Amino acid sequence: MSIEISDVNKHFGDFVALRDIDLNIPTGQLTALLGPSGGGKTTLLRIIAGLEEADSGSVVIEGQDATHLPVQKRNVGFVFQHYAAFKHLSVARNIAFGLEIRKRPPAEINAKVGELLDLVHLRQFAHRLPSQLSGGQRQRMALARALAIEPTVLLLDEPFGALDAKVRKELRDWLRRLHDEVHVTTVFVTHDQEEALEVADSIVVINEGRIEQIGTPDELYDEPASEFVLSFLGPVTRLADQLIRPHDIEISRYEQASSANGPITRWTRVGFEIRLEVTPVDHPLVQVTVTRAEATALGLHLGDHVWLRPAVGADRVRA
Amino acid sequence: MAESHLTRHGRSGPVTYLLRAFAIVYLLLLVAWPVALVVTHTFDDGLESLRAVFSDPDTVHALRLSVLAAAVATVINTVFGVGVSLLLVRTEFPGKRLLSALLDLPLSVSPIVVGLALVLVYGGRTGWFGPTLESWGIQVIFSTPGIILATAFVSLPLVIREVVPTLREIGIEQEQAALSLGASSWQTFWRITLPSVKWAVVYGVVLTLARSLGEFGAVKVVSGNVLGETRTATLAVEEKYLNFNASEAYAIAFLLAGVSVVAIAIISILRSREKKASS
Repeated sequence: MSIEISDVNKHFGDFVALRDIDLNIPTGQLTALLGPSGGGKTTLLRIIAGLEEADSGSVVIEGQDATHLPVQKRNVGFVFQHYAAFKHLSVARNIAFGLEIRKRPPAEINAKVGELLDLVHLRQFAHRLPSQLSGGQRQRMALARALAIEPTVLLLDEPFGALDAKVRKELRDWLRRLHDEVHVTTVFVTHDQEEALEVADSIVVINEGRIEQIGTPDELYDEPASEFVLSFLGPVTRLADQLIRPHDIEISRYEQASSANGPITRWTRVGFEIRLEVTPVDHPLVQVTVTRAEATALGLHLGDHVWLRPAVGADRVRA
Repeated sequence: MAESHLTRHGRSGPVTYLLRAFAIVYLLLLVAWPVALVVTHTFDDGLESLRAVFSDPDTVHALRLSVLAAAVATVINTVFGVGVSLLLVRTEFPGKRLLSALLDLPLSVSPIVVGLALVLVYGGRTGWFGPTLESWGIQVIFSTPGIILATAFVSLPLVIREVVPTLREIGIEQEQAALSLGASSWQTFWRITLPSVKWAVVYGVVLTLARSLGEFGAVKVVSGNVLGETRTATLAVEEKYLNFNASEAYAIAFLLAGVSVVAIAIISILRSREKKASS
């Protein structure tokens, strides 16, 4: 186990940020701490880094007790949401910072910086200042800077949170590929379930200072341990007495064995998908998602009376 | 940077022109014209008055003393100012607001009061601490240390006022990043914090220097105004003027004003450069 967290508690005044956290993060994996804002995931990451000290409990990194080790001695790479670029230093000097502090010989520093510039595709920007880079480039620079010290663990705090949607997606794919190349134990914080599901090897869902569930993306999605996990990982609707994903509902214009039936009362087209609302007489309103092709094949229209039932193999939680 | 957001573009009606004219006339009458007159009076007899100033050893001594006091006070206030700014922005402690208010006191209290207060503490015969220092062979009042103290007192908050907002603005993330990369607090300060507030420190230094050179009231009380010993340039201006040696008074005044004008010029050049660098 690369990072072992036992019994960690943290308060900020009256606010309980973390409560009895026990967590083992395996070596070499890409782990996501996922949860809503204010849930404690960033605090946990900062406690691992040593930027914050836990009120009680212990943190062990690669067998070494790091609970009271200052941040300088932990050899962790930390990437901040807003890059924390050294504004007065060029991209190359930013990346070289940790190595200069470690007093490595200049030739070695140059070689290492060159290597990292290639890795993050910033070779041609080596002599620019951070202010001359785009957000995505700055974050790649910050990542190279953190990797330069060959950290035991790489910690990323909402690394793509400040970027626009398109760059975010590119960088996400890139981070996944990068991790497959360098294999450093990586923990990243995100509130975006899609990001976590797409990138992480394993996901830790944190809410209100507690761990809700730990598992692979598939485990979490297919076997949510609680209503919170189910609803946090994707849209959820209520079909009669069950919670279910809107795309896991089978919809038909013909009478069949069903959980509920009623007219289509709302029709919203979003790109390839159509979001419907069905209002049964004796049940609460149901949201159903179908693709445009399905809607055409089934001959659905606003106002049609439809019968709904869970699709075969759908995840459900009794409400 | 922020200024461009605050400027309203277009629509300059008659009110705008009236306001502009008012501002220009006001500045002309209050600042530009009187200062210009000092310059013209200095050169009434060509370079004669300036030569008289530089050939009088006592006046040269006064100028030297002013420069020395201003330089030492600036060094003290820069080191102290950067340290206190870090304390105010980066740490929490009881009494912080009181300290912050206390730091502005030198700007609001009359320099004469400052001078008298210093005499009460450091005065050689009756001061609270002065006799002790005197017994150690250190004379403060009526001597150079007193002049430096008074000068440092009146220009105390200038560096702090420049550095504090900049420190707030840069935040702590860069410093935390440096720490996470293995830098000690001292390395973080020299490599990250200080370069980030460099321009603010430079402005603070220039303002402190200009303010220190021009100090009159506090220095007058603590220096004793001894010719050739504790008379500073500003005191020399007064002395010459009262002794009907107006041309030399104007010449010294011209030199003092010149330093301030150069200081302001340096600041505006640096500011515009910084703007270019950051955009």
